[in-house]
Amino acid sequence: MDMDRLIPLHRLILGTCGKVSQLTANGNTRRRMLDLGLICGTRVEALQKSPSGDTVAYEIRGAVIALRSEEASQILVELL
Amino acid sequence: MNIRQVSGRRIARETYRVDLHDGDLMIALAGNPNTGKSTVFNSLTGLKQHTGNWPGKTVTNAQGKYIHQDQRFILIDLPGTYSLFANSVDEEVARDFICSGEPRVTVVVTDATCLERNLNLVLQVMEITDHVVLCVNLLDEAKRKKIQVDLPALSKILGIPVIGTSARDGAGLDALKDAVYQVAMGEIETAPLRIRYGSAVEECLNLLEPIVQSIVDKKVNRRWVALRLLDGDWNDEASRAQLPFFRIRESKQLSDAMALSDQMLLEDHLDRDSLRDHIVTCIVAQAEEITQKVLRCEKQNYNDMDRRIDSVLTSRIWGIPVMVALLGLVFWITIKGANYPSQVLGIGLFWGQERLTQLFLSAGWPDWLHGLLVLGMYRTLAWVISVMLPPMAIFFPMFTLLEDLGYLPRIAFNLDNYFKKACAHGKQALTMCMGFGCNAAGVISCRIIDSPRERLISIITNNYVPCNGRFPTLIALATVFIAGELGSYQSVAASLIILAAIVIGIMITLIISKLLSKTILKGIPSSFALELPPYRKPQIGRIIVRSLYDRTLFVLARAIIVAAPAGMITWAFANIYVGDLSILQYGANLLGLFGHLLGLDGFILMAFILGFPANEIVIPILVMSYMSAGQMIELDSLQALRELFFANGWTWLTALCAMLFCLNHYPCGTTLLTIRKETQSIKWTLITFAITAATGIILCFVVAQSARLLGL
Repeated sequence: MDMDRLIPLHRLILGTCGKVSQLTANGNTRRRMLDLGLICGTRVEALQKSPSGDTVAYEIRGAVIALRSEEASQILVELL
Repeated sequence: MNIRQVSGRRIARETYRVDLHDGDLMIALAGNPNTGKSTVFNSLTGLKQHTGNWPGKTVTNAQGKYIHQDQRFILIDLPGTYSLFANSVDEEVARDFICSGEPRVTVVVTDATCLERNLNLVLQVMEITDHVVLCVNLLDEAKRKKIQVDLPALSKILGIPVIGTSARDGAGLDALKDAVYQVAMGEIETAPLRIRYGSAVEECLNLLEPIVQSIVDKKVNRRWVALRLLDGDWNDEASRAQLPFFRIRESKQLSDAMALSDQMLLEDHLDRDSLRDHIVTCIVAQAEEITQKVLRCEKQNYNDMDRRIDSVLTSRIWGIPVMVALLGLVFWITIKGANYPSQVLGIGLFWGQERLTQLFLSAGWPDWLHGLLVLGMYRTLAWVISVMLPPMAIFFPMFTLLEDLGYLPRIAFNLDNYFKKACAHGKQALTMCMGFGCNAAGVISCRIIDSPRERLISIITNNYVPCNGRFPTLIALATVFIAGELGSYQSVAASLIILAAIVIGIMITLIISKLLSKTILKGIPSSFALELPPYRKPQIGRIIVRSLYDRTLFVLARAIIVAAPAGMITWAFANIYVGDLSILQYGANLLGLFGHLLGLDGFILMAFILGFPANEIVIPILVMSYMSAGQMIELDSLQALRELFFANGWTWLTALCAMLFCLNHYPCGTTLLTIRKETQSIKWTLITFAITAATGIILCFVVAQSARLLGL
């Protein structure tokens, strides 16, 4: 895989899509991410940024989920 | 930091103490949050459990019953969860209940517009029990979005009955009852799809299953227990000791087999952590595969409408202004709308008071009885009803409407960064919003927060947003506060004042959360994901009926129950003289100096103290105290109230401080009891009391003293 194309999810530009390649989180956070369906190959679209800061709403498997940058930075995606 | 971790098992035991009669069949209702599970529950049982369009609504668990084909069913509404891996208290509760083998059938409610995500849970439930019925709900929403679900194909793939419903209209519920009945009676044999986890895992399962079978109850699925033994949930004896269905907890055979399995898995490069990943991945992939087979979308972008609404309601520029404007509008409608009915009710009820007085006079009953019952009890009740009822009856339906539409999670999204900076949980904004309805409900809703530290912060600070019982007080004070000369702009000005009060309340919430995070509840925010659910078409009729019956009348009834004795006591205190002064005046004098320091007076403080059981009665008690101390005027409008307050030495500063104190003082009795129950700790209840009371006292003191120093 071309590692250059991997970016943390919070850097995904709004309106663009990425494909989950790796979760760097551990423990409970990792479990929660898996529960959201964030397994390898899952398509994620960055939809909207919160007016107050860096929380971003993503489309994940048909659901809209807001993640803070702390969490999103632990999800590596491949640009699509 | 000493936080008692609430164990899911204890909650399960306490919550589901089900009263089963002979022949009753227990049915569990599981499902993702926000799939209309509560609506399904209400429609089946005829109960009026509250529903709302935000994830985690079912925080209080409910049970109800219904009869179908002469068979009684006890329906248990489990907390909404995304999975059953016991990552949170709610998930543990749901998992423990389903795997206990108690429910004869488990119904999983899913959202047809979000099927793939929901199937994750369905597949997990099917691993625990064979007796599953799948309810694909919100078919009406799916139809609107032109999404088609091939239910027969889904049923065939899953090997369980699949019933499509639109629970809000009652469509499909009879079929659902039939399916539950047939599965419960064994008329339908289910053959749930088994997820395969690859040869290494399957070999280990083959090794473990026979041993598991010999040490656990028959009711429990042995493949599932073996899986959990493998992925680490129960790999030590201590955690197995917690589970009632392990008949034998220490087994040499089992530990040998587990050691062997671990080795076999390691050869396949699977340690415990990666095994859990592997298991979840298999389930998610399976859900994806199934969805592709059964789902047809005519429109590719069926969520476009939601996106467009979100691009305004949560936009960087418009998100917060729209939110503030919307709140302001709600308050303006409440104030404007409540004005006239309040007057009519006031006039009617005081006409009643005169008739009662005439009755007492003509019957020749003693003066003290007339005072106690008519001037004390009846008049307080009349005030509670005429001042409190109209704003509540207008505010509650509007609040419920915003909740039903799905706006509350958007508020949480908009404000998230502020909560993050306060080291608070992102979902605290949701629990704060619930506090607008009722702080006790807000405190209960804090269960949606997993981290004990952040949950306590939400509980302690919930009281800083005014509940429905305090709104009318604030409205009354705001109307008093602004000069009558404003004329037709009066309700606009009052709305702006209330809006300012709310903003102050939210700022205090954030400041106190931050302080708590830096002192007694140290820590960093835990991870979370906030779902922004699809907007739903609200059902206006149902909202009005529900919010009037379930909320307004409930809150009003509580206020009346408290107001009746409180009115009598206040009247008695105001009319029993010791020497030259009444007891009330003694009390007011005693509190007078302290009250003055806070910009208030002794009577106002007395009213807040006597109003401890329910905030709704503060103003009525205050009015009673002032009136019995001399001025007997006709009180049938807020204008008259204003004159009464000014006659008793109020200034704009008194009104401001009274509003601040109303916004920031100790929680009412009901809320404190709820906090005690939710935290299982008297210490944290007292800490909440102390912190909130101190906030109010300090704030009022600073404002009053600064104003005086500046000579304002």
